[in-house]
Amino acid sequence: MKIAILLFLVATSAFAAEEKTFTPPAERDIPKNEFGDAVRLGKSIFTDTQHFAKKYVGNGLNCSNCHLDSGRMADSAPLWGAYVRYPAYRAKTKQVNTFEERLQGCFEYSMNGTAPKSGTPELTALVSYAYWMSTGAPVNTKLKGAGFPKLNKPELAPDYARGQKVFTANCQICHGSNGEGIKVAGKFAFPPLWGKESFNWGAGLHRIDTAAGFIKGNMPLAKGGTLTDQESWDVATFVMSHDRPADPRAKTGIAAAKKDFHEENCKYGETVEGHVLGE
Amino acid sequence: MKLIFLVLGMLPLLAQAADTSTKINVSSCEVCHGKNGVGKNEFPRLGGQEPAYFVKQLQDFRAGTRSNPMMQSVAKSMSEADMAQYAAYFSKLPLPAAKASTEDAALLAEGESLAKNGDWPKGIPACFQCHGENGQGISRDFPQITGQPARYTAAQIANWKSGSRSNDAIGLMKTVSDKLTDGQIKAVSAYLSQGVTK
Repeated sequence: MKIAILLFLVATSAFAAEEKTFTPPAERDIPKNEFGDAVRLGKSIFTDTQHFAKKYVGNGLNCSNCHLDSGRMADSAPLWGAYVRYPAYRAKTKQVNTFEERLQGCFEYSMNGTAPKSGTPELTALVSYAYWMSTGAPVNTKLKGAGFPKLNKPELAPDYARGQKVFTANCQICHGSNGEGIKVAGKFAFPPLWGKESFNWGAGLHRIDTAAGFIKGNMPLAKGGTLTDQESWDVATFVMSHDRPADPRAKTGIAAAKKDFHEENCKYGETVEGHVLGE
Repeated sequence: MKLIFLVLGMLPLLAQAADTSTKINVSSCEVCHGKNGVGKNEFPRLGGQEPAYFVKQLQDFRAGTRSNPMMQSVAKSMSEADMAQYAAYFSKLPLPAAKASTEDAALLAEGESLAKNGDWPKGIPACFQCHGENGQGISRDFPQITGQPARYTAAQIANWKSGSRSNDAIGLMKTVSDKLTDGQIKAVSAYLSQGVTK
């Protein structure tokens, strides 16, 4: 009997510990005042970065290409997951960064552009949007669904050729046979995955483990979770074995940058298909 | 004087005849699809449609991978070159101007939200995420969806749901259709039928 009660208690407490995914406020609840105006501008920048933050962007991407549902979606690095985790020490910069500095990094690497300075309307609007979206979330907490999902290492070593097959079957219809994306009337309708219009070698998503997690959780769009872990690793390896804009941190050559920034989960500096990646 | 009007009135016809030296017969399409392929009831709009999508649908009707007795019979009588010519002709017709739906405002607002934002907590992406900013169509696999008659759109979603239409790329429309409720299908079909809205 005691054991039964004990088991019951364990079971119920485990259930109680099951964490619910945070729900950000609805868009219609953005306040109709000056602060709300900044939040709305932040959303516009986030979903149409090409237009609303044009001068800071050096490629063809929008924030919402990787942070789905306008930055709301769990497991696609939602804004509410990131906002409550700053300031934080980052191995990437080897210092404590504020959320604003974290956003500046997005512009420098993921957008292959120039970071807007603190106090610019664009940066203030993005911070406002993330802050508003985190309404009610506890600070200094890793919420369920923050960041991209972590995948276990696959059974077989990730493979370019297998990844290419996965890409052709599942990704090409939107991202093009050469990862170039699809443009309509001069704007990308589907984002480029590599090449000069994509994110640069300093962006987090070029890491194969990060990309594999994103792909497994979210790709093909609306069919997240349908690729196997192995397929996700393979296709991530294929995609991240193509060239993209240079790593802005590589001031003294590729070999040094590989040692300093690209030791793990990354093809930077390796020769793929007769070409040294990162050049 | 009357003669001049008559001749002027015939100019577009003459120009059309010159453009299409082979046997495409647009008026036979227009019997069901409406003047200029504008679409009505269960007959889709052809005007402004992505030509690559247009051709693929005809090929699928011919191969039997998309099912519709009338269109399967039509497609079987067509060569690849015919298909390309019809596609080119209709794709160049302008998109419809926005026209208000008679459905109630709340339903249209729900449809607009689905078209522009999707319903991600249910795993439903925005229509415009894949069909272009205003649903104007992108490629062979992502056709124009704005300006389509509501009955046509609703019927296609129902067909994907039931499996009676299955010629979508990598099962994307099947995945999305399975998640849409009847109310959402009605809302989004009504909203999209209004044509291009900004």
